[in-house]
Amino acid sequence: MEFIKPNVNINFVGSRGKAFILSGLLILMTVVTLFAHGGPNYGIDFAGGILVQVRFSEPTDASAIKKALAPLGMDQSLVQGFGDKKNNEFLIRNERAGLKLQGLSDRVRQTLAESYGKGKVEVRRVEMVGPKVGQDLREKALLAIFYAIVMIAVYISGRFEQKWGLAAVMAGVLVGATLLVQALIAAMGGEEGMAMVLLILTALVVTVGACWLLKLRYALGAIVALIHDVVITVGVFSLLDKEFTLATVAALLTIIGYSLNDTIIVYDRIRENLKTAGKQPLGQTINESINQTLSRTILTSGTTLLVLLCLFVLGGGVIEDFALALLVGVVVGTYSSIFVASPVLLLLPEGKPMSMRSSAPAKAAVARPEPVEAVAAPAQVSPGKAAGAARQKKAKKKSGKKGKRH
Amino acid sequence: MPKNFFLKSTLVAVVVILALLYLVPTIGGGKLPAWWTNTLPSDKIRLGLDLQGGMHLILEVETQKAVSASVERTSQELQRKMREENIRAISPQTGADNTISLVLLHNSDRAKLEDLVKREYPDFSVASSRTLEDGKIKVVLQLTAKAAKHIADQASTQALETIRNRVDQFGVSEPEIMPQSEGRILIQLPGVKDPQRAVALIGKTAQLEFKLVDDSVNAATATKATLPPGDEILTMYRRDHASGRVDKEPIVVHRRVAMTGATITDARVQMDSQYNQPYVSVAFDSAGARQFADITTRNVKKRLAIILDGKVQSAPVIQEPITGGEARISGDFTMEEARDLAVVLRSGALPAPVKILEERTVGPSLGQDSIDQGILSMVVGLLLVVGFILLYYRLAGAFADLALLLNLVLITGALAAFQATLTLPGIAGIILTIGMAVDANVLIFERVREEVRMGKTPFAAVEAGYGKATLTILDANITTLIAALVLFQFGTGPIRGFAVTLSIGIASSLFTAITFTRLLFDLYLHQFRPRKLLI
Repeated sequence: MEFIKPNVNINFVGSRGKAFILSGLLILMTVVTLFAHGGPNYGIDFAGGILVQVRFSEPTDASAIKKALAPLGMDQSLVQGFGDKKNNEFLIRNERAGLKLQGLSDRVRQTLAESYGKGKVEVRRVEMVGPKVGQDLREKALLAIFYAIVMIAVYISGRFEQKWGLAAVMAGVLVGATLLVQALIAAMGGEEGMAMVLLILTALVVTVGACWLLKLRYALGAIVALIHDVVITVGVFSLLDKEFTLATVAALLTIIGYSLNDTIIVYDRIRENLKTAGKQPLGQTINESINQTLSRTILTSGTTLLVLLCLFVLGGGVIEDFALALLVGVVVGTYSSIFVASPVLLLLPEGKPMSMRSSAPAKAAVARPEPVEAVAAPAQVSPGKAAGAARQKKAKKKSGKKGKRH
Repeated sequence: MPKNFFLKSTLVAVVVILALLYLVPTIGGGKLPAWWTNTLPSDKIRLGLDLQGGMHLILEVETQKAVSASVERTSQELQRKMREENIRAISPQTGADNTISLVLLHNSDRAKLEDLVKREYPDFSVASSRTLEDGKIKVVLQLTAKAAKHIADQASTQALETIRNRVDQFGVSEPEIMPQSEGRILIQLPGVKDPQRAVALIGKTAQLEFKLVDDSVNAATATKATLPPGDEILTMYRRDHASGRVDKEPIVVHRRVAMTGATITDARVQMDSQYNQPYVSVAFDSAGARQFADITTRNVKKRLAIILDGKVQSAPVIQEPITGGEARISGDFTMEEARDLAVVLRSGALPAPVKILEERTVGPSLGQDSIDQGILSMVVGLLLVVGFILLYYRLAGAFADLALLLNLVLITGALAAFQATLTLPGIAGIILTIGMAVDANVLIFERVREEVRMGKTPFAAVEAGYGKATLTILDANITTLIAALVLFQFGTGPIRGFAVTLSIGIASSLFTAITFTRLLFDLYLHQFRPRKLLI
C-alpha cells in the first residue's frame, strides 16, 4: 500500500510565502487571544488555589453545589460538569488568593457531606496549591522550556553543522545574556513572574540572533520551527480557554521533542541530497528532500495522531487536556517541519560567519562571490538558477568536507 | 548465517527473557511461589499516586517559630540567671529580629550582664545598649544569624524525623518522605483511605504541657482584665459522645509551664474500665518521672491541666502524689483519636508548627478509573496502529508489529526493573511511544522501498535501508531524549513519571526497531531467499 507515489513532486518550497502568511496569522491569533484573556489561563498548579473533583450519587447541578459551598466563602467557585454526564461528576475550582487553604479540602468534604447527606458525595480528587508553590511551579516550568531550547540548539548546531565550537560559543552567549537580563531585572526589582517571561523571551531572541549571526542555519530552522509549534499550541489552548497546568507544560516539551524529530528527519535527507545535488539550486534540493520523506512524515504523524485520538476520546477527563495539547502540537509540528523549518534554510544568506573568514582563507575564496546573490536569495519565491549556482558550489564544498555520514 | 546473527539473537533473547522475568510479578499478582520470590525479581510495577490513589503533601516547617520559641526560652532563663547573679532589671521582653530587650536599673550591672551573656549565651550578642533619660540602661541582645540558622536547620531536620516516625506508625505501605529546599518536606502516602486523618496526624504539633489550674478564680466570669498576673484563660473542649456536640469551657491556669512532654518515652492507648472510654497513658524517663512526682506531691488536691497544642484536654484533680513515672491523658477521645494521640506523643512534638503548601489527594476509585481508561485507550490505539502497519507494509509490517509488541514488553519490564513509578501521564507516554515507535521502522521501510525501486536485490535493499536510516533515527531520537531529560529534571510527581516512560520508550523502541526487526529480516532473507520483498 502506498499513500504517496514515489515520484511525487509537490512544490512545498514554492508555497512558502503562503505558509509564512498562514503561520504569521496563527501566531497573531495566539498573541490576540492571550491579550484578550489577559495572559495564559493558569490552572491551580500555577495560580494556586483549590480544585475538587466530586461525584454525587444523585443528579445535581452547579448552582446547587455553589450554594452548598457558600458557608465556606466558596460560592464564587467555578463549578463544571466533568466527564460523562450520567456520572454526576463535577469539578469545583477556586483560585481566590484570600481563601485560607489550611484544612480547606477537609472543610469542603464536610460541607458537601452535610448538605447532600452522608455517603451521597464522593470526593475523588483534591488538589490544593498554595500561592507561593504555584509561583515556584510556574518558574520551574518556564525554566524547563528554556533549558530544553538551549540544549537542543547546541545539539543541532554541533551535530548538523559540525560546529561544536560555535555551538559552545552560542551556549556561552546565551547563558551570559540571560544572566545579564536576570541581573538587570533584579536591579530594577521587577515582579518575578514577569522576570521569567522576559528571561525566556531574551533567551529566544538571543538564540535566534546567535544562530543568524553565526550562520547556524539548521539550528535556526529547527528553533524557529519549534518556537512556532509551541506558540501556536499555546494559542489554540488559549483560544479554547483551556487551562495551563503542569501536564500542559509536559505536553509542550513533548511537542518540542516531536517537532524536532520531524524536522531533523527532513534535514538529514537535505544534507544527504546536498552531497549529490550537482548544480541544482538549494531550494530544489530541499523540495526533493521533503517529497522523499513525505510518505514517512504522513505515516508517522498518522499513527501518532491515531493513538492520541484514542487517548483523547477514551482516556478520561483527567488526561483529556494533555492529549488535546499533544494532538494540536503534532498537527502543527508536522506542518512546520514541511512548511517552516526547511524553507527557513533559504532565508539565511550563504557564507561563512564574518569572524571565521580570516582564519579560513581557502574557504573565503569560495565564499567570495556569494554576497551579491545572497541578497537576492531571501526574496526569491521559487528557487532560481543564479542563486542556486553559488549555493550549490558551497554545498559541494561542505559535503566534500563533511560527507562522512555513510 | 548472516553476520553476527548468533550474537544478535542471543542479545535479543536475553533482553526479552529479562523483561518477562521482571513482568511476572506484576502480571501474576501476589500469588508467586516461594522459590520464585526467593531467587527472582518480585517487585511489581509501582503505581503513582494518581493511579493507585493516595496523598501528596508539601509541608513547610515554620522554622522562624522555632527560633522565636528558643529566644523566648532564653529570655525566661535569663531572667532567672540575672536574679541569681543579683543583676537588677525589669523583666526582659522578646522583640522582632530575634531580640531580647531589658532595662537595667543600675549602670554598674552593665558589665556584669555583658559578662553573663558572654559566658552563658554565646549565641547572643549585645546589639545595643544606651542610657535612658532616667539613668536606667536599655540593653538589646540579639541572636546571631548563624545561631538562628542553626536552630532553623535543626528544626527542619527534627521535624522530618518526627513526621517520618508518625507516618511509619500510621501504617502506610511505601511512604515517601523527603526534605526539599527551604525547610519544605515532601510526603507521599500511597493508598491512604482517610486523608483528613493523615493530615491531622502529620500536621499536629503535639506540644504537650502541664499547667496548674488556678481555682481561686471563677473561670466562667474571668476576663483578661480581671485575671491575676501570671495567669491565662484557656479553653477546654468536651464532647458529648451521644450527640457528638462539642462544648467549650473556659479554664484559668497558671501561665508558668509546670512540665512539658519532652521527657515522654512511651504513650499507649488504654481502656478506662469504669467509663468504658479510651485514654492515653504516657511514661516519662527517670528525670521526667522525678519532676512529675515533685509536682504532684506539692499540689495534691489541686487540678493539673493537660494541654495539647494550646487546648486543654483534661484537668484532673491530683488525688495523691504520682511517683510511678506515668500520667494519664483522658479527654473524651474516640478509639481512633486516642490511638493517633498516642502516636504523636510517642514520636514527639514538632519543633515548630507546619503549614501545608500543597496537597493533592486522589481517591482510589478515580485511580482505578484512570488505569482502566488508560489501558483501554492503549489497547485500542495499539490495535489500530498494528492493523494499519500490517496493511501498509505487509510482511515487513508484521515485523514492525512484532517489534511494537516487544517494545511494550520491554517498557513495562524496564519500569518494573528500575522501580520507576507509572503515572497517568506515564501511561500517556507509553501510548505516545506506540505511535512514535513505528517511526523508526517507517523510516527504514521507506528507505528499503526506495532501494527496491532503484532495482536493488532484497538483500541489498534491506542492507542499504537500515544503513541509511539508522543515523537519522538516532538523531531524531536524541532530541526527544533531551526534552525528556529536561522534563525529568524540572518535573515533579506525575510529570517525572511521564519523562521516565518517555525515555525508556525511546531507548527500547530504538532497540526493537533497529536490532530486532533487522534480525527478523535477516532470518527471513536467509531462510526463504525471496526474489521480491513484501514491503
